[in-house]
Amino acid sequence: MTTKYSEDHEWITVDGDIGTVGITDFAQQQLGDVVFVELPEVGATLDAGDEAGVVESVKAASEIYSPVTGEVTETNGDLEDKPDTVNTDAEGDGWFFKIKLSDSAELDDLMDAAAYKEFCAEQG
Amino acid sequence: MSEPADAPLIATPLDALHRELGARMVPFAGHSLPVQYPAGIIAEHNHTREKASLFDVSHMGQVVLTGADAVQRLERLVPGNVAGLAEGRIRYTMLTRPDGGIIDDLMVGNGGDHLRLVVNGARAQVDLAHLQAELGDGVGIDYRKERALMALQGPAAAAVLASLAPEAAGMVFMSFKDLEINGIPVGVSRCGYTGEDGFEISTAPDDAEAVARALLAHGDVEPAGLGSRDSLRLEAGLCLYGQDITEETTPIEAGLRWTITKARLAEGGFLGADVIRDQAENGAARKLVGLTPESRQPARPGTQILDADGSEIGTVTSGGFGASVGGPVALGYVPTDLSEPGTQLTLQIRKSQVPAQVTALPFVAHRYFKPSA
Repeated sequence: MTTKYSEDHEWITVDGDIGTVGITDFAQQQLGDVVFVELPEVGATLDAGDEAGVVESVKAASEIYSPVTGEVTETNGDLEDKPDTVNTDAEGDGWFFKIKLSDSAELDDLMDAAAYKEFCAEQG
Repeated sequence: MSEPADAPLIATPLDALHRELGARMVPFAGHSLPVQYPAGIIAEHNHTREKASLFDVSHMGQVVLTGADAVQRLERLVPGNVAGLAEGRIRYTMLTRPDGGIIDDLMVGNGGDHLRLVVNGARAQVDLAHLQAELGDGVGIDYRKERALMALQGPAAAAVLASLAPEAAGMVFMSFKDLEINGIPVGVSRCGYTGEDGFEISTAPDDAEAVARALLAHGDVEPAGLGSRDSLRLEAGLCLYGQDITEETTPIEAGLRWTITKARLAEGGFLGADVIRDQAENGAARKLVGLTPESRQPARPGTQILDADGSEIGTVTSGGFGASVGGPVALGYVPTDLSEPGTQLTLQIRKSQVPAQVTALPFVAHRYFKPSA
């Protein structure tokens, strides 16, 4: 399993050819209290960088982008009733969707944990 | 809003305290203000409804009018009854245009030999230009730009403030008094923008931090930012200038008829009186209403409101998550024949069409301090 990060503050953890996607802890802190998450349809095909959904905090709505190309295989239905899971466990139970990767080479375009940490520090 | 984006932000007298408390600062009405503290917007919202919160509202414009004609002249510019305002009392009214549009909404207090105005920070310069042009030479206008203003809001506010200034306890809603907190002179008004009981406290800039610290030292008081101030006022059905009321909306359309006495409406003599009287008597074409979306997705300002046929009939002007309601709430303009509470409408929220119901305002009942006589 490997975890990579996008400049839009999504994380993707890949196990075989299935990636689990969410927003990072840094992102949830920036957003504040999450009150609603709009998830993609299961079966939808997304290109890397496509809008995959929306996360709404008390303050504002922010788009979620797919960090990779593939087909959505599963979404986190628990977020419907408990959207604040994104705040309490952004990089765990607060995951958004799973996607079957078409091209695992796309992962090379994403940051690893150390690079992402540095990226956030610059945005600080 | 009206400020250029690159204008330097004004730090309020409480700036250092906000940073010490871990606030996230944002630009607002030309000032740098806390949008939230580490507790977060929902926690700050709930704390205000349960106990008491302290908000920095120093961006608000504090203006003092003097001169024998001040009352009479100001009455030409607002539909509210200023002449009938007893000394020490405050009234909510608005500066209107000849076409009935709203230049700003404001509080007017009768200080005996002067009037105390509190206007929106983002509109202060527009208001001052209007006042200077319309009030005439006999009226002195003193914009007390440097003064701090903080709001202590919530059911515990009275007990908290009374622990420092005992006289505050007996003040009725919409009255003001000059009091002292630890020997510091403060102008205290019993009013607010949350729907809760509370006070607004005006101080000299150098005194602001000491007063804020004295209030925050009380176990029931937590700091709160603009984020919760917005969700609290939205639930209380209180208009935000620039969104729910603008130069293009009238007091009648905005549901502010209650601020205008029968006599003033009949006699007129203020800018926009003909339009406002006509709308009051014959109805306005549209009205500001509360909307409750039947989904957890908040409807943001600009969201289209659709009728049963899917035609666009209006726009959401304020919308977000109401923590006390436990779901999204919104305000928006709709045609008057679709403004009755219970009317089913549709909101075009991004890609989805969400059913929404017109809801009587406020969403959360006001709890102002009005002792029965």
